[in-house]
Amino acid sequence: MCLGVPGRIIEMKENYRAIVDVNGNRMEISVRLTPEVQVGQYVLIHAGFAMEIIDEDAARETMQLLLEVMEYGQL
Amino acid sequence: MASYSQRLLQVIRSTNREISLMEVCGTHTMAIARSGIRELLPPNIRLLSGPGCPVCVTSQGDIDSVIEMVRREEVILLTFGDMMRVPGTRSSLQEERSRGADVRVVYSPLEALKIAENNPDREVVFLGIGFETTVPTVAVTLEEAREAGLHNFSLFSLHKLVPPALELIMSDPEIRVDGLICPGHVTAVTGLRPYETLAHKYGKPCVVTGFEAVDILEGIVMLIHQLQNSTARAEIQYKRVVKPEGNPAAMDAIWRVFETAPSRWRGLGMIPDSGLQLRDEYAAMDARRKFNLPEMEDIPIKGCICGAVLTGKKIPTDCALFGRSCTPLEPVGPCMVSQEGACAAYYRYTPGKRKVLE
Amino acid sequence: MKNERILMAHGSGGRMSQQLIKEVFQAAWNNEIMESMLDGAVFDLGTGRLAMSTDSFVITPLFFPGGDIGKLAVCGTVNDLIACGARPVYLSAAFIIEEGLPISDLRRIARSMAETAMECGVKLVTGDTKVVERGKADGVYINTTGIGLIPEGIDYRPARIKPGDKVIVTGQVGDHGLAILAQREGLSFGTPALSDCAPLVGLEGIMNRYGGSIRCMRDPTRGGLATALNEIAAQSGRGIRVREADIPISPVVQGACDMLGMDPLYMANEGKMIIFAASECAADILSDLRRLPGMENAAVIGSVIPEPAGMVLIETELGADRILGILEGEHIPRIC
Repeated sequence: MCLGVPGRIIEMKENYRAIVDVNGNRMEISVRLTPEVQVGQYVLIHAGFAMEIIDEDAARETMQLLLEVMEYGQL
Repeated sequence: MASYSQRLLQVIRSTNREISLMEVCGTHTMAIARSGIRELLPPNIRLLSGPGCPVCVTSQGDIDSVIEMVRREEVILLTFGDMMRVPGTRSSLQEERSRGADVRVVYSPLEALKIAENNPDREVVFLGIGFETTVPTVAVTLEEAREAGLHNFSLFSLHKLVPPALELIMSDPEIRVDGLICPGHVTAVTGLRPYETLAHKYGKPCVVTGFEAVDILEGIVMLIHQLQNSTARAEIQYKRVVKPEGNPAAMDAIWRVFETAPSRWRGLGMIPDSGLQLRDEYAAMDARRKFNLPEMEDIPIKGCICGAVLTGKKIPTDCALFGRSCTPLEPVGPCMVSQEGACAAYYRYTPGKRKVLE
Repeated sequence: MKNERILMAHGSGGRMSQQLIKEVFQAAWNNEIMESMLDGAVFDLGTGRLAMSTDSFVITPLFFPGGDIGKLAVCGTVNDLIACGARPVYLSAAFIIEEGLPISDLRRIARSMAETAMECGVKLVTGDTKVVERGKADGVYINTTGIGLIPEGIDYRPARIKPGDKVIVTGQVGDHGLAILAQREGLSFGTPALSDCAPLVGLEGIMNRYGGSIRCMRDPTRGGLATALNEIAAQSGRGIRVREADIPISPVVQGACDMLGMDPLYMANEGKMIIFAASECAADILSDLRRLPGMENAAVIGSVIPEPAGMVLIETELGADRILGILEGEHIPRIC
């Protein structure tokens, strides 16, 4: 229902505006919904707004564990 | 990456249970269709498409009201591209544009502010479509418009909330859904709470899932794991974006500007507290009030089973109209209209189906 | 010329029309056939098979990153002729000009057409100009018609493709569509993507070298790669199967498309060719293509299959097949 793409904040501007880079494309977005965001961080962009700061490291490990449990369970 | 997804598929295929999962979100429906996941799953695992495409669930009567409004000469209507082809009773925005209406496609509501500033002698109306993900962006835009003193800017709100519709679906005794693949970007705003409530109340596991093919496979694995262990919790697969508490700043923005209202969902009917209307402080920016638009009735579409498709009771190919009188080019029902509608996704991406039709 | 903008009088057929043609078009395109100023171009082509193609060009803005409407109008028709297996020789150009267009813009367009024509080895030999009232056109519309000679032994038709033939694309897809899209109101984002607008005359050597082993070619313009493949599948009665992972798409185009909810496979290209070739020559054709300027990213993206007839399948990243349909309606940005 809602397309979102990751983009990297490359410049903060006045009035909660920021410039993001999406694979080399540049766009001005609003960061009013993620006011704590900083230059260099990745955000999820939807309709010209940063919706959330992305944390790439979250999750991987728990998934590996779960898979091993399930595969082991099948043996 | 390919080998990791194969590993996930293998785990999924090793289940013998009959499992029906509903992907709530239209973007999931599209991603599933695009990546061919449905064809790779064993027959005992079914994916049903839920009501999570805001374009699909916009009622015909609401479109008719919008069309009534764009026929006014002073109006510039700004919309996300998705809405252009959605049929009302007799017309669509695309058709109205060809007859002279000023309808423009934008990517962000922020663009609307610029267009309102540049056209002080016109009435600029933003067509507000979307769920919790999109609503905060529109709320912030309205606040900025008010700060800027833009008197020629207003919103036609067709915004809807996801949890009330899910509640309706889960409480329907006819629906056989074992677990929910929950919308990643909506939950990034709302947080996990609504799904914890659903999981607890109906005893069905809920997993908030991302939109890459691998995300969806992981989500399915997590749901199967819960079903095997007879648990019904709300979990997050899409941890890189979704936090359990959601985005409080975004939720605050919604409630500063909007309040709940009953809303008509195409195929589901009127659902209490599932829509969003502007609070009285924003009455001057409410297009329905500004242009004194009447409520339009919904006329049922003959033969269309979109209602059953949206609730997961039927699949698109069950419909007599599918691929015959209802195609992406000439859609009848809402699920064919939107790119991410369940019928459009089936039509576009499922092999073999056209041969069957011929 | 005294007037810096196009006036209705420039379309009168009188002195100002003559002056416009002479000072803008003849000046840029000088060649003896054009200068004869007859009602049409007269020329001798010898004998043999001819190809003829026509195309109209309407684009906003007139000047865009990577090209302009003039370059586009020459490349478009030249590439269509090349897709027919022809060596382009002559072009006509007809202009519908909006009153008020700066004449400097028109000069720039005429110059760009001349340069592109020179690069292609074609001559602009006849033309026409009409002027319409302000508001009745979008700056300028151009129609070009071209004639080309088809060498002995070349016969490119969808009917010639056979199961097992390879499908080659001469470079990354979607750049032109994105470069134009980024200029639209309501979508203010900056992209480094440039239009790929270019004449594909470099393919002539490959066409000569591989002759009948090349079965058919098609330039994937409006509607993009997906639509062009579907046209060939329908016209040949064969199926086509491509691999998603093998289709060259730049990260810039992919990123922008993800952001806008669009699909690079449906974005227009103005300097790419799809080549259907016999399987045994595909590797050689590919390495020859990659040596040509602008074709470094050429790739074999799939092959012709007997069934399902008339359809295009795409193998997804997960290894499943799905239908790759033609463009339905308008390809516009979406949010869902």
